[in-house]
Amino acid sequence: MDTELTEAKLFELNDLAVKARQLVIETLVEAGSGHSAGPLGMADIFVAFYFHILKHDPKNPEWNDRDKLVLSNGHICPIQYVTMAMAGYFPIEELKTLRKINSRLQGHPSRHYLPGLETSSGPLGEGISQAIGLALAAKLDKNKQYIYCIASDGEHQEGNTWEAIMYAGKNKINNLTVIVDRNNIQIDGFTEDIMPLEPFKDKYESFGWYVLEVDGNNIHAFEETVREARAIFNKPTVIIAHTIPGKGVDFMERNYLWHGNPPDVVEVPGSPAKGDQAKIALAELRTLQGKIESEHQ
Amino acid sequence: MLNPNLKLNSKIFDEDVEKKATREGFGKAIVSLGEKDQNVVVLTADLSESTRTEEFAQKFPDRFFECGVAEQNMAAIAAGLAIAGKVPFISSYATFSPGKNWETIRTTAVYNQANVKVAGHHSGIMTGPDGCTHQATEDIAITRCWPKMTVLVPCDSIESQKITTWAGEYKGPVYLRYSRDKSVVMTTEETPYDGKVQEFWISENPQVTIFATGHELYYGLLAAKELESAGIMVNVVNVASIKPLDEIGILELVNKTGAAISVEDHQVAGGLGGALAELFVAKKPIPMEFIGLQNTFAESGSPKDIIEKYGMGKTAIMEAVKKVITRK
Repeated sequence: MDTELTEAKLFELNDLAVKARQLVIETLVEAGSGHSAGPLGMADIFVAFYFHILKHDPKNPEWNDRDKLVLSNGHICPIQYVTMAMAGYFPIEELKTLRKINSRLQGHPSRHYLPGLETSSGPLGEGISQAIGLALAAKLDKNKQYIYCIASDGEHQEGNTWEAIMYAGKNKINNLTVIVDRNNIQIDGFTEDIMPLEPFKDKYESFGWYVLEVDGNNIHAFEETVREARAIFNKPTVIIAHTIPGKGVDFMERNYLWHGNPPDVVEVPGSPAKGDQAKIALAELRTLQGKIESEHQ
Repeated sequence: MLNPNLKLNSKIFDEDVEKKATREGFGKAIVSLGEKDQNVVVLTADLSESTRTEEFAQKFPDRFFECGVAEQNMAAIAAGLAIAGKVPFISSYATFSPGKNWETIRTTAVYNQANVKVAGHHSGIMTGPDGCTHQATEDIAITRCWPKMTVLVPCDSIESQKITTWAGEYKGPVYLRYSRDKSVVMTTEETPYDGKVQEFWISENPQVTIFATGHELYYGLLAAKELESAGIMVNVVNVASIKPLDEIGILELVNKTGAAISVEDHQVAGGLGGALAELFVAKKPIPMEFIGLQNTFAESGSPKDIIEKYGMGKTAIMEAVKKVITRK
């Protein structure tokens, strides 16, 4: 983040995001279970963090002055594992062990197993609280690191999430930025049908937060929004990142039935047949990658 | 007789024996821990007075975090603080913490082996008049089942201070169980504490070993004294560490008697009794009787009246001893 986002860098990040999506599909197929839509929708944001925004050292994950990225909605961990592997935390090859016995890549992330994860997560609603704890400790230690927390929109149905939002607002936790993956889906359907969250922005503002909204699939816009968030000193900041679940794979986009399933395990109405799903998804992502590369040239 | 090696309170059976709540020992210990270690922090959920964190808050305002009535948030903030190197104590009533926020503690503190100390106050029926909702009687069961968790129950206010200090210096998650009402001070500053079981009452050729935890230990001592005058010899043992359980020490003691009683202010299911039964069935099957709440919630009333009505006092213990002898 200390360096400017040049056009060349932006191309590199967009290219990495498509590669990350391909690795997500391959990793999920190998695992045979896991979530598809969230990881694909959040690929751009994770690439932006691990390759541009975070001050971190993949070879020294416990570096004391690193920025800390807390993943609250642990079920989208395939995209975190993929981008961490691409950034050099562990070999890409290890992605094949996801969800298998003796793996460091647990089905939901565990810092007990994998260095570089700030917390363990999966049960929803706990991430923002833990990020507040990290932020309070940074203040006590006079450490200038930034604390980021990625949370889902669905987990704003948890009471714990609002307990945390209330606490951070009251205590002006200004070294914390929350990024909400506003993709509008959850396991049972669309968030506004299951348990409406709108007016989402107003809710955060009424709890004393500074609210920014952005297209979460636009790395350039997201990067600028994070810069703006870091400039806010009197409040905690939330970035409501509007993302397209399943982004990059046409038949998965905006379809909540792809929230909790990997490719080639179930038949999904309106999607290719089981056995063709991964193949078609990967072909589409390769085409997308070709497009990005030719546009750049 | 009282074990002279433990330097127990010599006035223990006197009418005017000192009584003090175990939460007082907690309040003192966190202040001295805070003086020694800058990393010690305390969080509460709108219960700073009754859980005795006020003095810490006054002395170290920067290291005290008032979370409001939000136990899950308090637990997870503490986990974040611990992951970043702090030593957080979270202080609330045990029915709410580790009760209401059980899964939060499981995931964010215990699974991570984060250095969080869960101080569960108002445990057991010593919260008498408030009624069942505020009497935590399942907290040992729900914490001792966690892998690598430490679960400690002080028997009086002096042991409470020692145990809290030990927990603050130990690295790893700990559950600490405190009571609201005053109870007999059985130990002295000179009584050693090392996490092992301690024979508070000893007899020559004992027939039964009474294992007790928390303030209920006192009723075990009263029963032992009266049984002795009736010619029935027992030993009474303080089990302050429910987890890890001092298995070697406990098995050595029952090798002498071949019969055991568990005594606790908790459901007999899953508490000290459950922990001992698991050990005995695996290592030394012996007859055993259980004193505590027997598959029932308690109710409002003075602790004395509840103990009487629910069979957790001296008379119930004496009957259990006689019964277990017949089963030998």
